[in-house]
Amino acid sequence: MSWPNLLQYAVFLLIVALLVKPTGTYLALVFEGEKTLLDPLLRPVERLLFRLFGIDATEQMDWKRYALCFTLFGLLGTLLLYSLLRFQSVLAGSSSAYLTTPLTPDLAANTAISFATTTTWQAYGGESTMTYLSQMVGLCAQNFLAGAAGLALGIAFIRGLVRQQTEMLGNFWVDIVRATLWVLLPLSLLGGIVLVWQGVPLNFDAYTPITTLEGRQQIIAQGPVAALEFIKNLGTNGGGFFNVNAAHPYENPTPLTNFLEMLAIVVLPAAFTHTFGRLIGRPKEGWVLFGVMTALFLAGLLACGWVEQTDNPRIAALVSSVSSPPSGNLEGKEIRFGIGGSVLGAIATSNGATGSYNSMHDSYLPLGGAVPLVNMLLGEIIYGGLGTGLYSIIIVQVVALFLAGLMVGSVPEYLGKRIGVAEVKLVALYTLLGPMVVLILTALAVVTAGGKAGLTTNDGFHGLTEILYAYISSFANNGQNFAGLSANSTFYNLTTSFAMIIGRYGQGVVALALAAQFAKQVRRPFTSGSLPTATVQFAGFLIATIFIVGGLSYFPVLALGPFAEHIRLSR
Amino acid sequence: MQTSTKPNPLKTPESSKLQRRKVDGTGIYRRAIAESFVKLNPLTLYKNPVMFVVLVGTLVTFALTINPDLFGSQPGTRLINGLITGILFVTILFANFAEAVAEGRGKAQADALRRTKQDTLARRILPGGQKTEEVSSTQLRKGDFVRVIAGDLIPGDGEVLEGVASVDESAITGESAPVIKEPGSDVASTVTGGTRILSDSLVLRITSNPGEGFIDRMIALVEGAKRQKTPNEIALTVLLAVLTEIFLIVVATLPPFANFVGAPVSIATLIALLVALIPTTIGGLLSAIGIAGMDRVAQFNVIATSGKAVEAAGDIGTLILDKTGTITLGNRLADEFIPVGGHNGRELASVARAASMFDDTPEGKSVVKLAVSQGATNGYNLDGAESVQFTAQTRMSGTDLSNGVVLRKGAVDAIKRYVVDQGGETPPDLDAATERVSLLGGTPLAVCEGKEIFGVIYLKDIVKPGIRQRFEELRRMGIKTIMLTGDNRVTASVIAAEAGVDEFIAEATPEDKIRVIKENQAQGKLVAMTGDGTNDAPALAQADVGVAMNSGTQAAKEAANMVDLDSDPTKLLDVVTIGKQLLITRGALTTFSIANDVSKYFAIIPAMFSAAGIGALNVMGLTSPNSAILSALIFNALIIPALIPLALKGVEFKPLSANQLLTRNILIYGVGGLIVPFICIKLIDIVVTAIGLA
Repeated sequence: MSWPNLLQYAVFLLIVALLVKPTGTYLALVFEGEKTLLDPLLRPVERLLFRLFGIDATEQMDWKRYALCFTLFGLLGTLLLYSLLRFQSVLAGSSSAYLTTPLTPDLAANTAISFATTTTWQAYGGESTMTYLSQMVGLCAQNFLAGAAGLALGIAFIRGLVRQQTEMLGNFWVDIVRATLWVLLPLSLLGGIVLVWQGVPLNFDAYTPITTLEGRQQIIAQGPVAALEFIKNLGTNGGGFFNVNAAHPYENPTPLTNFLEMLAIVVLPAAFTHTFGRLIGRPKEGWVLFGVMTALFLAGLLACGWVEQTDNPRIAALVSSVSSPPSGNLEGKEIRFGIGGSVLGAIATSNGATGSYNSMHDSYLPLGGAVPLVNMLLGEIIYGGLGTGLYSIIIVQVVALFLAGLMVGSVPEYLGKRIGVAEVKLVALYTLLGPMVVLILTALAVVTAGGKAGLTTNDGFHGLTEILYAYISSFANNGQNFAGLSANSTFYNLTTSFAMIIGRYGQGVVALALAAQFAKQVRRPFTSGSLPTATVQFAGFLIATIFIVGGLSYFPVLALGPFAEHIRLSR
Repeated sequence: MQTSTKPNPLKTPESSKLQRRKVDGTGIYRRAIAESFVKLNPLTLYKNPVMFVVLVGTLVTFALTINPDLFGSQPGTRLINGLITGILFVTILFANFAEAVAEGRGKAQADALRRTKQDTLARRILPGGQKTEEVSSTQLRKGDFVRVIAGDLIPGDGEVLEGVASVDESAITGESAPVIKEPGSDVASTVTGGTRILSDSLVLRITSNPGEGFIDRMIALVEGAKRQKTPNEIALTVLLAVLTEIFLIVVATLPPFANFVGAPVSIATLIALLVALIPTTIGGLLSAIGIAGMDRVAQFNVIATSGKAVEAAGDIGTLILDKTGTITLGNRLADEFIPVGGHNGRELASVARAASMFDDTPEGKSVVKLAVSQGATNGYNLDGAESVQFTAQTRMSGTDLSNGVVLRKGAVDAIKRYVVDQGGETPPDLDAATERVSLLGGTPLAVCEGKEIFGVIYLKDIVKPGIRQRFEELRRMGIKTIMLTGDNRVTASVIAAEAGVDEFIAEATPEDKIRVIKENQAQGKLVAMTGDGTNDAPALAQADVGVAMNSGTQAAKEAANMVDLDSDPTKLLDVVTIGKQLLITRGALTTFSIANDVSKYFAIIPAMFSAAGIGALNVMGLTSPNSAILSALIFNALIIPALIPLALKGVEFKPLSANQLLTRNILIYGVGGLIVPFICIKLIDIVVTAIGLA
């Protein structure tokens, strides 16, 4: 691997690590309602919003109510967005002749669900489907609100572990208001300004026809890109303004914007580990989670980077007469980011539950493309989605602790909370959801005509990988697609919607129920017989559990997808 | 099992003589083999989700053996389907065998107990009190009065009302030395049905109806007839069930994928993969581990009323111990004479000796012994002297000589009052002497002749040898020890420091016990305690693990969830170890079972999809697809009986810190679980190929 790439990765992770403590602390202060610098500006706004919506900030919700609010909020967002998309053609500013993809009911529903679940899976191309109004009022607003809802869920989960002998997990409305006002809005504003400076457009102009150097006519799409660009990453949504997402020069014009956008994906979920450690009163616990996530992130970077630096053996065989050093697999990658920036984008977006890819993962070598796939299959636990990534890894940690706790001869507990029958049942249900939804839908797609119709360019091993990629991306609320699958069909619009809903609400509600189980308990004091979780040994065991639990579910399908393709390619 | 091989420093001389209850092994295995087939009944197998799935799989492959094209034309032959069926069937039998062996050991114990439970003739005392009638022991009811005389089997559990007799309780305790039974005493006044009276006679009031007695309950317990799954066992079963479900999904979705990439697979192979993946190892051994845990407790002569109690013992955070008899040897011994009021040591020794002449307690004897060694003179004529017994009211004892001289020894304030009442004075240096003894953690006894106090005897509490080290181990396991004693603070603190307990409560009342238990439980800790008296019963019931001494009262035994037949309070520490072993064994074998799946994948997947050209994943270099699948399945079956000894014996528990323990067990069972099957499957493959099976 080349030194500049390694240096880029090192700088990236170093900056993330440096931001974890201040950002995590800030998040903790915000959700605890403590004093922050922005208070003089935002408290009045907050009070106004509370009064406007009749929110009683002192009201506490049990998990059922919290889950109900979370689900209803998602449902309301979905319905509003659906209506907007369905009626966009009769609303203002919709006369563009370039909007060629009709927003059919299934596409509109899929898109609405997708944005309300932070998946932002796009079965359409933005510039050929969406009016500026839809982009701004619909999609951009959902980027904020859905992101904030995820953060609220994460905070409620932490409270479950922090609190004792209560059923109350906080107030959903207060949490999303604070997440939006104190976290997402100011950071998006700041990020948006930098992007505009780097050349990202923020206009409502008509698409511009130009004549290229080759003398051909080309239409350059325009729009308020900068407004959407930063929040799509910050909220771990990822739905691009344009079809090719962050590979588009208007979305992501320079290596600096690429770096910043990747940072925006990772920094909040990474910092959330510190928020957790701080609120639980044991910062080390947060750091160990951050360490595990970072180790896995780095492993993915190095593995994917190493594979992509090699040549495609078939192409190498063709050009073997010309002896040259390997140039790497550049197919599907933007030359302005190179292999290094593209791989960083692939790893950050696949781990960060964000679909804003900047290169075509479909064109990666089989094992290179397998890395983002595996990242998602592991359950979005490597930083993961905003707020949701934390509980995803903690639930795997609970599985690991159940076994580790037994192996030290005590009834298992996590942070002083017992892992009993009720807790194991919820964890089991959570763990079961992924393989159930992803494998069954993938199997359904490969045996039905509707499913197979989506495979317009590939078949066999690679086709299987494309379909698997689509469903895990939907279920993980990631939203990136392995280009090559034509997903705008009734079959895929409906099945991916189902995967997105279970991935978001199914897992989210189970996580809240688990948090409530923990909240009811007393936090048992830590003794020398308790198993310390903030240790290198336990971190190692956690990583092993992550791979074994994930690997056991998906090894066979991976063997028939990318592994088989790799073996065939290198023969 | 570490505790059995290492001499236990805490064991009293009597109990260390005691052999662990021996179980006759030959019959168990024969019976277990038969039981393995009986347990194939799907209605009982249903309770074990993992094994039930194997049974269903076996039936399907059996059908495929008879008609290989049952589900349409498929790759795979009748021979290979038959072999798979056979291996799967044996897998279930092995799992059943493991459970049957564990149960068999309990049954063997129950049989031994049942032999003691014979119908005997009882002499029931008729109303009026003088006449008796002979009835069968089965006709006795609670509240009946019976007389037993030397040589009789005691017909039922009862309370001694009259008489003093020696009773042989070896049938339940295994201890051959007879015990004295007499009325009035809290501890020595209960007798158990099935034990034998050796001398004299007793009048008893029967306290249980036939079939509800102590031995009956013990039989039911060791037999495991009413065994219920413990919470942790249920939680683990849930986890194993969900793993099984995940693998069901994985395997069920494979045919579509396989057909899609053009590498179809046979149903029999899919079932082979499913069985190899689902956690059959732990699924097959789980109940054996639980039963064996109770059995190991029983081998220590402790009867647990439920597996839950044993499991809780492994998880206790606080241990409440009585000082006397548990931390210290039951008796305090005279260590020093401190003369006061101008008397010298020899005078004091002489008075103390004479005052203790009739005192048969170990304390009294130790005073005489010390006095003689310090040159006590026979200055008192003991002919015709009378003994004055200790009572709770006077709190002193002594000797009245025939010449009218009165000698007393007793609690310092009691002696003081006694002397002052007679017009005597307390010497000015008495308080200093008393305080000195207290500061040393001893018990001061004042000695007087008439109205003159001669001095103070320093009675020293002897901390049991080795107990400090034992508490050290407990602390490393994260268990807090609290000592309860009726002594004053000063005395208690000295003993506490000497024994190395974490906390102590001086001048404790029975209410204190409950309070301490509740306080610790409120912090989310499990609390264990031992007790024998009736006033311990509420605390025993409140504690998560209450161990009653068999010598204790019926009330205590009923409130507790364990009964120690040897009445050795320090045995609680062994029970804690067994509880921990139980949990560790479960965790270790589950980890091992799951880790095994990695190698099974590498054996079966490349074999299964050889048509897809993924032979490069065959890292073990197994001969052929069929031999790979058979080898993985054979390993899967054989590992169950191979691990039965470990399941029954329990994983060794070392008192290390949690982190060290985790590292150790991950290395053995996690990393071991990854590596061992790679080697074994390869070896089995060589054998399978050599004998031409596939």
